[in-house]
Amino acid sequence: MSLLAVSALTASYGVSQALFGVDLELDEGEVLAVMGRNGMGKTTTVKAICRMIRSQGRLQFDGHDLHALPSFRVARLGIGLVPEGRRCFGNLTVAENLIATARPGPWDMRRVAYLFPRLDERRNQRAASLSGGEQQMLAIGRALMTNPRLLILDEATEGLAPIIRQEIRAAIARLKSETAMAILVIDKSLTDLRRVADRAVILERGKTVWSGRMSALTRQISQRFVGV
Amino acid sequence: MIAERHVNLALVLGLIVVPSWALAADEPFTITLATRAVILALAAVGLNIALGIGGLVSLGHAAFFGIGGYVMGILAYHAQTFTPLDLGAFSIAGTKAMPVIWLAAIVLSAFVAAVIGALSLRTSGVYFIMITLAFGQMFYYFAVSWRSYGGADGMSIYVRNSFPGLDTLVPIQFFALCLVLLGLVLYLNARLVRSRFGLALDAARQVPLRVRTVGLDPLRLKLAAFVLSGAVTGLAGALYADLNRFVSPAMFSWQFSGEIMVLVILGGTGRLFGPVLGAVVFVALEHFLGGLTDFWQIYLGIILLLIVLFARGGIIGLLCGKRGLHD
Repeated sequence: MSLLAVSALTASYGVSQALFGVDLELDEGEVLAVMGRNGMGKTTTVKAICRMIRSQGRLQFDGHDLHALPSFRVARLGIGLVPEGRRCFGNLTVAENLIATARPGPWDMRRVAYLFPRLDERRNQRAASLSGGEQQMLAIGRALMTNPRLLILDEATEGLAPIIRQEIRAAIARLKSETAMAILVIDKSLTDLRRVADRAVILERGKTVWSGRMSALTRQISQRFVGV
Repeated sequence: MIAERHVNLALVLGLIVVPSWALAADEPFTITLATRAVILALAAVGLNIALGIGGLVSLGHAAFFGIGGYVMGILAYHAQTFTPLDLGAFSIAGTKAMPVIWLAAIVLSAFVAAVIGALSLRTSGVYFIMITLAFGQMFYYFAVSWRSYGGADGMSIYVRNSFPGLDTLVPIQFFALCLVLLGLVLYLNARLVRSRFGLALDAARQVPLRVRTVGLDPLRLKLAAFVLSGAVTGLAGALYADLNRFVSPAMFSWQFSGEIMVLVILGGTGRLFGPVLGAVVFVALEHFLGGLTDFWQIYLGIILLLIVLFARGGIIGLLCGKRGLHD
């Protein structure tokens, strides 16, 4: 049984329907890339999984029906979200951001500091005063402190300087190689996704139109659905 | 800018030096004024937990203040008349022991805060303000019509309640007791702000949707803050009733809820010592300006207006710059 199983997922923003039937599965220790052009429902799918918006269809995590749970219980089940746009708690320091969200498990301040030494150097600095890249590292660290079994990274390297993107990419690669955590990643860079993901699903107009192993994602398919 | 800890230290020293001077100069009224300031500060520290950290604009905190006052009044009344307090299924004896009264005031205020909070925290913004206001007024009108305990006239207690080892009728001893309680609550407040709960509450105030995605329930966090806040304000109510040896429905009035909020805003919302400074300034203005004119509250209004317009962090914000409770 898959760790995360989503099928026939539909969701709307008011009267405007955004998802028309998303299907995806993710196993423990696997990295899944969710791809698609802008506005095709990638972030909406993530929001539906995290129960931030109402949705219908099958949405199961480790055998639990996520539709029956409020969003904070979904997070406690082991789904850690690194949201698009970081959204750190700006008024709190780096250390306080991490302490506030800590849950029991192998991930603690020391391990986050090991993954992102830059955060450790800024531990007493307010999150609002960090650079975009540092805030992104903090957002990842904060999600890890909840000790998730599934980490969702929504555009984790969007709008960052190349050197910071490299640092974050390296951290994700280490998470993949050193832990059994499942990772769902949304990113615009196909090159990066090819390096890190085991499998991919492609969304078009709120629907899964392709899924398979990353190695099976030909240039023809990616050009047709993703445009690169 | 002055460091916030220096302002806090000056306040603590002021609260020790002024009553000590009043004791030496045989000015018991000054000690009573200082006691009033300390008790109002305690009530405002209570509100600051909900307002400053939790961002909950409660206009019904007089309910908890009044509950604390009436717990003291009712227990002391039954003790001084040697009549049992009938609670339906059973009856209990009254008491003049402050620690027992405080405990009862804290527990009952916390319980009522849990009920009010559970119902009102599902709303936010202006609806939350109106719902808490409505609950406060409900208690006010109940007290007005509660003839067994004085109704609209209130109820007097002849002798101040007792505390082991102290003569609470001596102003400086009662002041010291209140100051120690304020110090204890401030210490616990400082610990709370730095705790995981305090940080999560601060985060929930900033980005309520986001804290849910890291496994925190903002409703529960805010409810816990509201209960703690109500309990502290209830304790202040019991002390205030003991200071005046009198309780009346005015303790439940919405005007009093507004007054506590003024203390917090005046001193600095979300600042650890903000409510203390607010209470000290308020009592000083009330005394000095009140001696000059009956319309002293006009001047308080002008000061408050200036603070809100030009010093969003209250007097402490004006002196120390913008910063939060956890600094």
